[in-house]
Amino acid sequence: MKLERINSYPELLERYKALGYLLGLREEGTGQKSTFERDILVCGGTGCVSSNSTKIVENLQSEIKACGLDQKVQVLKTGCFGFCEKGPIVLIQPDNVFYVQVCPEDAKDIVEQHLIGGTRVERLLYEEPLLKKKIEKSKDIPFYKKQIRIALRNCGVINPENILEYIAAQGFQALGKCLTEMDSQQLIDLIKKSGLRGRGGGGFPTGIKWEAASKYDSPEKFVICNADEGDPGAFMDRSILEGDPCSIVEAMTITGYAIGASQGYVYIRAEYPLAIHRLQIAIKQSREIGMLGKNIMGSGFDFDIDLKFGAGAFVCGEETALIRSIEGNRGEPTTKPPFPAESGLWKVPTCVNNVETFANIPPIITKGVEWFNSIGTEKSKGTKVFALAGKINNVGLVEVPMGTTLREIIYDIGGGIRGGKDFKAVQTGGPSGGCITKENLDTPITYENLTAIGSMMGSGGMIVMDETDCMVNIAKFYLEFTLDESCGKCTPCRVGNKRLHEMLTAITDGKAEEDTLEKLGALADTIKKTSLCGLGQTSPNPVLSTIKFFKNEYVEHVRDHKCKAGVCKNLMQYFILSDKCIGCTACARNCPQNCITGKVKQPHEIDQSKCIKCGVCYQKCKFSAIEIR
Amino acid sequence: MENKATNCITEGAAKEMFDKLDQFIDSLGVNSCSPRRKGDLIMILHQAQHIFGYLPEEVQTHVARKLNIQHSEVSGVISFYNYFTTEPKGKHNISICLGTACFVKGADKILEEFEKELGIKAGQVTEDMEFSIDVVRCVGACGLAPVITIGEKVFGKLKPGGDVKKILSQFKNEVKE
Repeated sequence: MKLERINSYPELLERYKALGYLLGLREEGTGQKSTFERDILVCGGTGCVSSNSTKIVENLQSEIKACGLDQKVQVLKTGCFGFCEKGPIVLIQPDNVFYVQVCPEDAKDIVEQHLIGGTRVERLLYEEPLLKKKIEKSKDIPFYKKQIRIALRNCGVINPENILEYIAAQGFQALGKCLTEMDSQQLIDLIKKSGLRGRGGGGFPTGIKWEAASKYDSPEKFVICNADEGDPGAFMDRSILEGDPCSIVEAMTITGYAIGASQGYVYIRAEYPLAIHRLQIAIKQSREIGMLGKNIMGSGFDFDIDLKFGAGAFVCGEETALIRSIEGNRGEPTTKPPFPAESGLWKVPTCVNNVETFANIPPIITKGVEWFNSIGTEKSKGTKVFALAGKINNVGLVEVPMGTTLREIIYDIGGGIRGGKDFKAVQTGGPSGGCITKENLDTPITYENLTAIGSMMGSGGMIVMDETDCMVNIAKFYLEFTLDESCGKCTPCRVGNKRLHEMLTAITDGKAEEDTLEKLGALADTIKKTSLCGLGQTSPNPVLSTIKFFKNEYVEHVRDHKCKAGVCKNLMQYFILSDKCIGCTACARNCPQNCITGKVKQPHEIDQSKCIKCGVCYQKCKFSAIEIR
Repeated sequence: MENKATNCITEGAAKEMFDKLDQFIDSLGVNSCSPRRKGDLIMILHQAQHIFGYLPEEVQTHVARKLNIQHSEVSGVISFYNYFTTEPKGKHNISICLGTACFVKGADKILEEFEKELGIKAGQVTEDMEFSIDVVRCVGACGLAPVITIGEKVFGKLKPGGDVKKILSQFKNEVKE
């Protein structure tokens, strides 16, 4: 594909009009006529690609060709639709028919029944689980009903590997507007007025960050996009980079203009190969078309972007550690001040923003501050993307206005708890966050509210837990994560967390002393107060929050040596109920220790001295004859 | 025995690999006098690990010389980041996701089964150099939890008691063929 350079903002607007046909069949289209009759959009996010969506594209293309429809129908791979639970997803436009859990073998039916026959492939339509009703259009599916998509606006709509589609979706118009109609102070004021706050966790006002970096006089400055999404269970940044990489290029360039930088870096996890690939394409195409490089749109402003890979260190999500990593060092954080805005990468003023924050910038500029302010709450404007995962029916990415309640997210959008179990807690903020319980389900989600109830916004991972999850074990899990990821520079984090972990292990092993809980609380407090960086300062949060809300579980573990959820192996024993066991031998045959004995059709027995509590017998028994005590 | 050879770097292959690495380093235009020369170190190590499969001492000293920095600086960076390894991995490296979403869905049990089936612990390689196990934190495919990757292949929604054996037998058959 040869891309023609765009030399001015009016030229961009002309190109936008001329390219309108590209999205003519899609909902967000420009109303212009497409050269095709139908667009088939197949999800090309990591989740769906893992479920073979690439093969779906291939099969659809060959079927279409075989039927001679290749001039009338095009098949495209888009970014993530968000509804990962039901992936791979195929959307047919302009019919707006949403097919879920599609296999490569379904391509034939989609082409024959839908494209040629004009009917629907019933079995691939989404079925509402309560009413057992098939739903045809995505906008009627409860998962999408309460969502407003700003950061994810182009994900699942455009082809992320074709910059022309981004331009047809009003891409680079925000940049054009900034370069021709605003000076850097006006731009900073606009972002300040919008109330946009950092989406990476802290919630620091973006405009103020920009202003700080712009104030320092320096011949060289840098813009960094923090795409080191380390929080386990959060994948919104990856989805934005995979589904709409050009928007990050545009927003970084705008930031460069605001603070006076001419070079940007995207610090991205090496574990995200697809996101890296799409970003590389976006950067290359942006250079070709003149949206990166020298004299962008004839304004005299120069800006370019390069990629820097992370190498698997959670602490590098912290901005000072990230900067050390880009410089080629161990990613150890440094004390602030000086803040990166004053002395960042190579000791020059640097502005670090998160992917989702960047994705919000272009629409704020094109649609205006009033529009953005009308969404969200007084102090938390706009929307937030959450990654719903864990024991929930609809795992996926959701973008909702700030102020939406957890209940709406978990029950209305997320479809409630899997397997009809009871909701226990939702964990937000990852290893730095805390748990939110039933009592707080109706709290509107804002930065302040989440902090007030002992959790935090974090990057937006939401892990839902049910009655079968042991909260002590979950706290231990997070602490293991912190232990692994602690860089070791400061003692409270390096040694303190190790001691915390030992105490938790003693609790889950049933070996803890009566006063362990007190000691746990005191040590956690010390770690919080004395650690160097955000990682250490927040590392005891999962422990503190679970103690606060689930103290009875801790007490049960310590005093009664019981784990009600049946998770902590050392606190439980498996027994065969002789009145229920019919002697089918399923347990005995599968026991890896060969410690279950008994004759056929006679009740069996477990030798407790050999049992390793793997739980295989419990899973294999079809007669509920095995009990955990 | 044959497999072991692929993981040890023979002299001829080594030269080719070092040439490839040098080409990459040269393409970056590293200025060995610049105070910022270390900025490309992590990208170079990524490439080196891609070429060699791991980062043995010879490679480390080579990179250090090229960038005009101390060997200790290179090895300090390697030991800090989980992604880099100084030990060779198995032909099939099994990455088991222990992110939170996978953990609450029983990824720890899947890990245990792999460890038991292969007789190695996470971070180790089987004696025949066929399999190694790694624990990773979130591959971002939470919709498929619990999820593992073997090479480029992704296996999702695994259940304890069966799936692990099935997956391994696929790869073991491949070995025999």
